[in-house]
Amino acid sequence: MRTVKIDSHAPVIISMAHGIGAPCVPVVEAGDYVRTGQLIADSDAFVSAPVYSSVTGKVIEERNVLDINGNLTKALVIDSEQKQYLCSKIAPPVINTREEFIKAVRASGLVGLGGAGFPTHAKLNYDREKYKVDTLVVNASECEPYITTDYREIMENSEDIIAGIKLILEKCGISRAVIGIERNMPSAVRLMRERVQSEQNITVKALPTYYPQGAEKVLVHNTTRRIVKEKQLPYSAGCIILNVTSVASIARYMETGIPFISRRITIDGNIVNKPANFMVPIGITLGEIMKKADLRLQPDRIIFGGPMMGKSVYDLETPIGKTTGAVLFFKDMPTDRATACIRCGKCLRACSMNLMPTEFEKSYEMRDIKRLRKLRVDLCMECGSCSYICPAKRNLTERNKLAKDLLRDN
Amino acid sequence: MKLIVEPSPHIKSNNSTDKIMLRVLIALVPALVMAVYIFGVRALTLSIVCVGSCIIFESLFRRYIRKDTNIDLSPAVTGLLLAFCLPVTLPYYMAIIGCFIAIVVVKQLFGGLGQNFANPAIVARIVLVLSFTSEMTYWVKPFWHRDDIEIDAVSSATQAVDGITAATPLMLEAGEQAPDLWNLFMGYHGGSLGETSEFALLIGFVFLVATRVVRTVTPVAFIGTVALGAFIAGADVGLHVLSGGLVLGAVFMATDYATTPVSLTGKFVFGIGCGLITLVIRFFSDMPEGVSFAILIMNILTYYIDKFTFPKPFGAVKEGDKE
Repeated sequence: MRTVKIDSHAPVIISMAHGIGAPCVPVVEAGDYVRTGQLIADSDAFVSAPVYSSVTGKVIEERNVLDINGNLTKALVIDSEQKQYLCSKIAPPVINTREEFIKAVRASGLVGLGGAGFPTHAKLNYDREKYKVDTLVVNASECEPYITTDYREIMENSEDIIAGIKLILEKCGISRAVIGIERNMPSAVRLMRERVQSEQNITVKALPTYYPQGAEKVLVHNTTRRIVKEKQLPYSAGCIILNVTSVASIARYMETGIPFISRRITIDGNIVNKPANFMVPIGITLGEIMKKADLRLQPDRIIFGGPMMGKSVYDLETPIGKTTGAVLFFKDMPTDRATACIRCGKCLRACSMNLMPTEFEKSYEMRDIKRLRKLRVDLCMECGSCSYICPAKRNLTERNKLAKDLLRDN
Repeated sequence: MKLIVEPSPHIKSNNSTDKIMLRVLIALVPALVMAVYIFGVRALTLSIVCVGSCIIFESLFRRYIRKDTNIDLSPAVTGLLLAFCLPVTLPYYMAIIGCFIAIVVVKQLFGGLGQNFANPAIVARIVLVLSFTSEMTYWVKPFWHRDDIEIDAVSSATQAVDGITAATPLMLEAGEQAPDLWNLFMGYHGGSLGETSEFALLIGFVFLVATRVVRTVTPVAFIGTVALGAFIAGADVGLHVLSGGLVLGAVFMATDYATTPVSLTGKFVFGIGCGLITLVIRFFSDMPEGVSFAILIMNILTYYIDKFTFPKPFGAVKEGDKE
């Protein structure tokens, strides 16, 4: 189903921090009138992306909000008026060199849309002396259940994706690109294969459908057979990995100059009548989205992001950030009590990092830091597979996170 | 509007410990049916006594130590497996003693479900064999129940009466005729009530593999090692594989989660070890049957096997390795 564009009829709450990267500082004040696409916050730090207003209206206030990770961040509350005007300063950037390209990507405000939200320009700005990067891996392996935003991006904007890939290859001097798509999206695989037919150095790789196929290290291995060693970035394996929608967004920004102010989110869950994809302004609140979602019942659980790694939301004022890929509404999910571990070993075989979650749990309960270190709990990427598969319903992923924190603190 | 906040993941598979235990019980049903067919209704009542007393012991003990008394199906599995290791003529009180040893001594005293280091049914069987040797090695002929013999008369008999008892094929004296392979496979020979019919056990095995409860690696390594060893020693391969408790032990006991290694490599090592010890006992000791001791010894070694077969984390760099 095509993406439906929706507007906010209530004030938007735009956070100063989106994913990894230094929080921005507002450059507008309460009472200022801002237009859509106008710069409202920036930072001196390089690893940080500027923030633009997603609506036209008056800045109501600067407010401290708790983001879904529990961190206190500043946010600007902007009234959304009936009539929306695009900021007059918007113009396509002029780019010739790699430096100009990276600067333009920074100016677009784009952060990685796959999850962690690492500023895209910082990713492109790798040390060319140190790393010989020859492959751009385009992550179209949307492996979390329910989420279909990247699938819709492929079906609706495949030209943008190809244009983005070509731009990155050319400006960054990378020789080839691989688009990794899971096989459960055959129409997306077919469409992208058609699109790359005339391209010499872009290939499409259909990958087996499994979770977490889209995890960075997993995808690099499955598309290029290269292994990213621990504590190393994909550059060390000659790869740079970007989300498919991020790639398309780069192309759109270079063409129009409109910064990253809206994103696609999937609306789904067990009480949603018609799952849908909405194009929403960044900062739109959960309450506004709930009005548009076709819900059967009152939800008792709302998730921002996928069901495996997403976060529970408890406040209808929670705004959509640049990295929010889905809003899921659930009711009466089975909540089984945890029972004793029966050592079935299913968590081991579910772990794509080859770790032993059940042993982590036992060592964590004993606060055995030495053993946790030896078992390499630090390599856990918190994908949730072990908790999902556990027949004893133990919260293994949560323990892994706690164990990682324990190691970090010691 | 009340919203639940929980750590991710927010969805869980619909598998559960009880479902796993239920599948094991279902997998044991064909062997139980064959046991009743071959050895009579007493096979069923003995099984019910074992299952019932295991469940009662488990809940009584949980109540006594003031732990969660909401018990699962695991004591039922233990009870049925123990019953399968017993001769059909065993007096009920002895079976109940076995259940006490399995559930209270071997399982609960070590911490309950998932914490016991040895297989409860196997230890109980070994204790019973050592305590009540004559009753535990009293094998009746298949279809003996059709000959109208009183159970009391059988179980009190200390002398083997011609026509009632039958040595298990592994205990044959020179000159005695072993049953042919078909009879061995179908289970028409003397032995413990659930171990004789490899046909029924294999149906259960296929079911367990299909429902992803067990991995094929342990049973294949175990039975393969015994078969290969028997072949090299020039013994009758069919007899070694199809008689005694090998298939029952390999499929249902060497695959017990709590007492065997967790990784696939570990499971492989465990299976080979079980096979080798079984061979050693069968060829070099006075005991006719080595499967239960083999599994017990490997249960004890599981901690060390686990330790040496930890999988290597993906992308991990060992200290000292060149990056």
